[in-house]
Amino acid sequence: MTRREALQSIYPHLERRVVVTIMGAVAAELQSIGHRPNFFYLQHAMGLASSMGLGIALAKPHQQVVVLDGDGSLLMNLGGLTTLARYRPRNLVHVVFDNESLLSVGGFPTATSTGSDLAAIAAAAGVPRTVTVRTIEDFTRAFEDALHAGDLTTMVAKVEAVGPSAYVTDLSLLENRFQFQRYLRDV
Amino acid sequence: MPVSQVSSRLVYDALKASGVRMVSALPETWLVHLIRMAEDDPEMTLVRLAKEEEGVGISAGAHLAGVKSAMLMQNHGFLAAINGIVSCAQLYRIPLLMLISYRGEFGERDPWQTEGGAATEPILRALNIAYDTLEHPEQVAHRIADGHTLACSSNKPVALLLRRDLMWEA
Repeated sequence: MTRREALQSIYPHLERRVVVTIMGAVAAELQSIGHRPNFFYLQHAMGLASSMGLGIALAKPHQQVVVLDGDGSLLMNLGGLTTLARYRPRNLVHVVFDNESLLSVGGFPTATSTGSDLAAIAAAAGVPRTVTVRTIEDFTRAFEDALHAGDLTTMVAKVEAVGPSAYVTDLSLLENRFQFQRYLRDV
Repeated sequence: MPVSQVSSRLVYDALKASGVRMVSALPETWLVHLIRMAEDDPEMTLVRLAKEEEGVGISAGAHLAGVKSAMLMQNHGFLAAINGIVSCAQLYRIPLLMLISYRGEFGERDPWQTEGGAATEPILRALNIAYDTLEHPEQVAHRIADGHTLACSSNKPVALLLRRDLMWEA
């Protein structure tokens, strides 16, 4: 499974939900599929996408929030999983694309390549629903289950270490930020 | 405990008066009363963190979603949060209100706090973060209000350093 295929498969579900992504391939690929004002791309601050998702989920308990995280980013904020589990926002779905590498900076392997299991770490942190998926069918099904579960889910999607040819897009960071804020103000 | 209840109440009331309804925090001796006040206040959402940098992300998310927030942390927590402050709050122009207990200054008895004190203000200046200090009770209400106003108008982080004379009863 590639991350782009996975994003494509759930895109119809993302269209009307609040989405926060990490930097790099996830942001560039989602934008190439189609940017929307309800999508925010945290183009730095690695690790904090899940924390931003938590802040939004607590502030907007009636909005469903989808965080699109990655193995390298999540490994920088494992403590954040304990905070996420502690407050257990039932309106948050946490997707972790795990390509076992830091793809955008040369593909160096992360610790998930040597056995660190992010779904197990999330479960041990107290996240009530966790799953690891490896095929596009399982990914789509697990994501739809998570959307309807009414509880916090961390789902780890094992994906190929392939990404887009370029990471910089023509969407300015601040344009994205203010557009996203206006979207949230009006929902 | 000689942490000042009275000053803590002044700080808390000033946060509330500024419209702050979410506080992220890591426990620190000088902040115990403030954290308990947030915990006991049904109007306040208290987010207990594992590490301070998370609070930057939480405050950024809350801000974009229309909720005013503040971070309560020790200056060593500020040091631990710097990448988030720079590459989330500053990069994305987030009005981040940071209340920082200023450990390691004159009067500090804990040896482990003594390096952070000397680094705090130079780092705030290096990051071009507007800051002020709170030493006397009569400064608290207007400086927190003014700091909050500047954070919102500039869309930038603002720090208030809580000094020993305010927070600690000798």
